[in-house]
Amino acid sequence: MSHAFAYALVGAGLFLLGLYALVAYAHLLRKILALNIMGSGVFLVLVALAKRTGDAEPDPVPHAMVITGIVVAVSATALALALMLKVSGKTGQAVLPGRHQD
Amino acid sequence: MTLTDYATACLLILGGIFFLAGTVGLLRFPDVYTRLHALTKADNVGLGFIMAGLVLQAESWLAAGKLLLIWLLVLFASASVSYLIARRALNKGIRIWM
Amino acid sequence: MDVIVVLEWAFDAVLGLGLLWLAWRTLNSPDLFKAIVLFISFGLLMALAWVRLNAPDIALAEAAIGAGLTGALLLAALARLRTTTDNTMPAQLPAGSWFQRGLLIVLLSGSAAGLGYAVWILPSHTSGLSMAVTANLDVSGARNPVTAVLLNFRGYDTMLEMIVLLLAVLGIWSLGGLPPRPERPAVAVLDTFSRFLIPVFILAAAYLLWVGADAPGGAFQAGSVLGAAGVLLLLSGWRPGVRLMQWPLRLALTIGAITFIILGVLTLLYEQQLLAYPVAQAGRMIILLESLATVSIAVTLAILFLGESPDPEEKK
Repeated sequence: MSHAFAYALVGAGLFLLGLYALVAYAHLLRKILALNIMGSGVFLVLVALAKRTGDAEPDPVPHAMVITGIVVAVSATALALALMLKVSGKTGQAVLPGRHQD
Repeated sequence: MTLTDYATACLLILGGIFFLAGTVGLLRFPDVYTRLHALTKADNVGLGFIMAGLVLQAESWLAAGKLLLIWLLVLFASASVSYLIARRALNKGIRIWM
Repeated sequence: MDVIVVLEWAFDAVLGLGLLWLAWRTLNSPDLFKAIVLFISFGLLMALAWVRLNAPDIALAEAAIGAGLTGALLLAALARLRTTTDNTMPAQLPAGSWFQRGLLIVLLSGSAAGLGYAVWILPSHTSGLSMAVTANLDVSGARNPVTAVLLNFRGYDTMLEMIVLLLAVLGIWSLGGLPPRPERPAVAVLDTFSRFLIPVFILAAAYLLWVGADAPGGAFQAGSVLGAAGVLLLLSGWRPGVRLMQWPLRLALTIGAITFIILGVLTLLYEQQLLAYPVAQAGRMIILLESLATVSIAVTLAILFLGESPDPEEKK
């Protein structure tokens, strides 16, 4: 097993940790954090698999896709945070209405 | 290994020790002010040693100058940010540990 | 085994476990402020992981965006959240019953095994598309392969991304903007700090933009550094004037996407392919696109942080 495979497995682990938290926690800010961590996991798998070139330079195409992905993730996060603030401004609670309220 | 390599290794290890001390201080000190003290003092000097070690290995004067510039920027940023954190802590009424 | 190999494995193991541990602590620490701070340190460790994977371009972008700007956005949102919600509600509040959580864990363990297996059975050595990129690097107009992919071979990705950035701003504006952040008294040190640092930021951004054709760097890294300068300005109390918020701002936000679209149409007409530059002009076109994209990315990121709608009527 090479270093790159180890990082790919860490990436898969991060994705699953994020997915668990996304479903298991109700607070919207935590869901946004979970989405970001899932994204980081995906990026890590992509770049780790791009490094399977041995001693040569890694494949630049996944690198470019991940750079694009990081910028898309930050803009999506900003929009999600704005939606969360709208929800909490209307309901007084940063959770999705209709669920999690016994 | 040449003499320069040995000097670099010594400086890097010395820098690492300072980082270790700073981290132990961050984890073990009792309040925000003493933790800031541990971080700024130890990390600035530790980074200084690491930069000095890397400057010895630099390929050109330009690269050495860039490393020096990075160190100065970190010094400036960490001093300002530590002040801001300490000031905010004081304003929030966090007591100084005695 | 060689000492260096052992040390490298030890470093990778510590880094990988550190990433997983920080992610876990981010997601389940009860205090949201603490969670965000842990997330920022997670971003910094990710930047280290990118360096270990020979991806310095991504490391630069991650350090500026993943650790810096996302953290600033999250902390600003948390400060606003505390003014609108009652803080009595525990931030953790698990959804669903213990049975549902147990079921979730079982399902996720299954997916974990599947994902791990899928990664495991992949061939351990493949060059992917790097041969194709290297073969065409000479005609791309850039010597850094990542820049060549971003601005030439897969320029349409970057074009769509500029539009995504624009849509995020439009989304926030059409929600009526964010509530203003709680005011903080001005601090002299922060003023001096920003005044000294912002020229350095601009210099660093210009350097990253210029060097991006040959070495790690480029429009995204330069744009995020400039955007961070904008965030610093906003934090030290500067606000763009009303006139600046009208057409100059809108032009800066859209100039990257507009240039991409115009060049896309022109190349479709003359080269019969979207964003296929004529070889002789490729270098110049990449620099033009990158400079304008840098402006748009920087202004968009700063505006996403500011979050206020520019329409004076809506503000009232």
